[in-house]
Amino acid sequence: MQLLEFQAKELFREYGINLLESISSTNIEDGRKHAKELGYPFVIKIQVPVGGRGKAGGIQKCQNDDEFELKYPQVMDLVIKGEKARAILLEKMADIKKELYLSIFLNRSKRCYTIIASAEGGVEIESVRNQIIKEIGLGDVSDELAKEVAKEMKLEGKTAEQFVDTLKKLSKLTIEKEAELAEINPLAIMQDDSVMALDGKFVTDDNSNFRHDELQKYQEKTANEVQAEKSGFSLVELDGNIAVVGNGAGLVMSTLDMLSDNGGKPACFLDVGGGATTESVYEALTLISRLPKVKGILVNLYGGIVKTTVVAEAFLQAYENNLINLPVFSRLKGTESEKAKEMLRGSRTNIFDSVEEAINAAVMGINK
Amino acid sequence: MTDIFDLLKGKPGDSDYKNKGVIVQGITGAYGSLHTKQMIAYGTNIVAGVTPGKGGQKFEDKVPIYNTMQEAVNATNAKISIVFVPAKFFLSAAKEALESGIKLLVAIPEHVPIRDTMETLDLANKKGAIIIGPNTPGIMIPELIKIGIMPPMPFKAGKIAVLSKSGTLLYEISDALTTSGFGQSITIGIGGDPVNGTRLIDAFEMVKDIPDMEGLVIVGEIGGDSEEILAQRIIDIGFKKPTVAYIAGRAAPKEKRMGHAGAIIMGNYGSAESKVLMFNKANIPVAKRPAEVPVLLAGKMEKSD
Repeated sequence: MQLLEFQAKELFREYGINLLESISSTNIEDGRKHAKELGYPFVIKIQVPVGGRGKAGGIQKCQNDDEFELKYPQVMDLVIKGEKARAILLEKMADIKKELYLSIFLNRSKRCYTIIASAEGGVEIESVRNQIIKEIGLGDVSDELAKEVAKEMKLEGKTAEQFVDTLKKLSKLTIEKEAELAEINPLAIMQDDSVMALDGKFVTDDNSNFRHDELQKYQEKTANEVQAEKSGFSLVELDGNIAVVGNGAGLVMSTLDMLSDNGGKPACFLDVGGGATTESVYEALTLISRLPKVKGILVNLYGGIVKTTVVAEAFLQAYENNLINLPVFSRLKGTESEKAKEMLRGSRTNIFDSVEEAINAAVMGINK
Repeated sequence: MTDIFDLLKGKPGDSDYKNKGVIVQGITGAYGSLHTKQMIAYGTNIVAGVTPGKGGQKFEDKVPIYNTMQEAVNATNAKISIVFVPAKFFLSAAKEALESGIKLLVAIPEHVPIRDTMETLDLANKKGAIIIGPNTPGIMIPELIKIGIMPPMPFKAGKIAVLSKSGTLLYEISDALTTSGFGQSITIGIGGDPVNGTRLIDAFEMVKDIPDMEGLVIVGEIGGDSEEILAQRIIDIGFKKPTVAYIAGRAAPKEKRMGHAGAIIMGNYGSAESKVLMFNKANIPVAKRPAEVPVLLAGKMEKSD
């Protein structure tokens, strides 16, 4: 899961990484209280799970009550890359000498954790110059290695000392919470030569959730997504009006691609998974019936070990119980697909021999 | 690196030539037993199963079950295992297998924590063993040996190697290939996780020198950069066999996990555009639809004639 800045900073604080004073809120009444506690000047920062907040106006300086009253609601109402504000963070203003970059990430192709550090931070990672890159196996950073990185960054004295300390704490955090990415950008050198984390990005491995009850409060999933997970399939809600259902993540992604190529707009990605049963597919249809905006369902199944008849049976039950009264466009192939087609003949399901035909019919039928 | 065909098939004259023994870890679970039956039906030589506490029993009255991997390996001398245990028990099952001398471990479970995969790989490297997966459909030489959960119908023996991150797309695309007359010499499921025991590039190294290979199909998806790295390798060594790719996830939004733990675009890392671009650079056409793969492959073969 991906944590918001203030959540990442909660973990940073717990691990003793230097931070400016900050408080998060979700409404202006609480915000006002925090403004008093914190004292001006401070920065208002929108909390969204995407980058590019500064450019979009999501980070605003605030000098007095009038500015606060004006800017807090403005920032709260912003939508950045389709994401609404989850919270607002008020953070003390900092007197910065220099901005550094520091991250530890799971290097998928090298299959090890990797440090990226640079003396030229504060910009997006793609634009960070003079990157110092160190592969660190399962994530442990020794004193010697941390000092070497500080030296390569040409840090000295107190700054170097605090950088080494921050890097080691970030490594401990990465290992203990099983992160895929722990990023501090910028890591600032202050006027007094101390270093402080001004921003934080933290992504953990969802598959290790069972070992991390303490992180579950940061889980951000819709009720439908939680339900889907419980039933053993994966659901991603999207903006369009055609629900896309299939078995296997790759096959469903491929169906989304083809639908989009043909001008269709997917309402969701729903992978019923390799162990689909009549019950779980019925459950999936129940979820779809609850999604707003859905005008039709596109089904692409490749029956392997999972029989397509098992899926057909779920559809028939859904029709019988009036769960689904939307048009359904489906392509069934593989195990028992001839029998499944026979079962669905005369029902609400339109059956096609190829996925291309099913998609064309869905786009034509729903966009008109 | 160990020759994958040596492990899967052996050499003429070996007593177990084309009949390599495979041990199933988690043989009595619902999933494990279903797929063990399917593998046996396909002709895979399942020589033993392991389920702690069920040692001494027999699976389907035939396959002996042991309490530990060490006992199973001692009794059978098998070098291959397939693991069906739940994700949270994967690490201990894999360690036990590797410590017992397994040289090819096929890791079926989905949702194995990345750290557990990395620890497994650490040990596998020390032992000189190959891990396929986790979160993989498995590996097979069609009509000879199937170590995995793939259905048999889409596959036919032939001369095309197929490497895939996705299970169902592997079936779908192999089906399209078979229908068009392209059988497969080997199919390798890389798996949909962020960290793979056998990466696309490792799988490529395993198959690139098959003497009678007539073509290569690469089925990738968004997330990571293993497709880009493979494309670069193909450029670097001047690999000339007809090669076609397919990439799933062009329409996927950023920062969302699309079903597979590894199928996520973070920033610009892992985007479909970047992969397509690199394949194009390597002169590898990228199909827009699974059904287009055999068409493009046929086109490539004509040109190379």
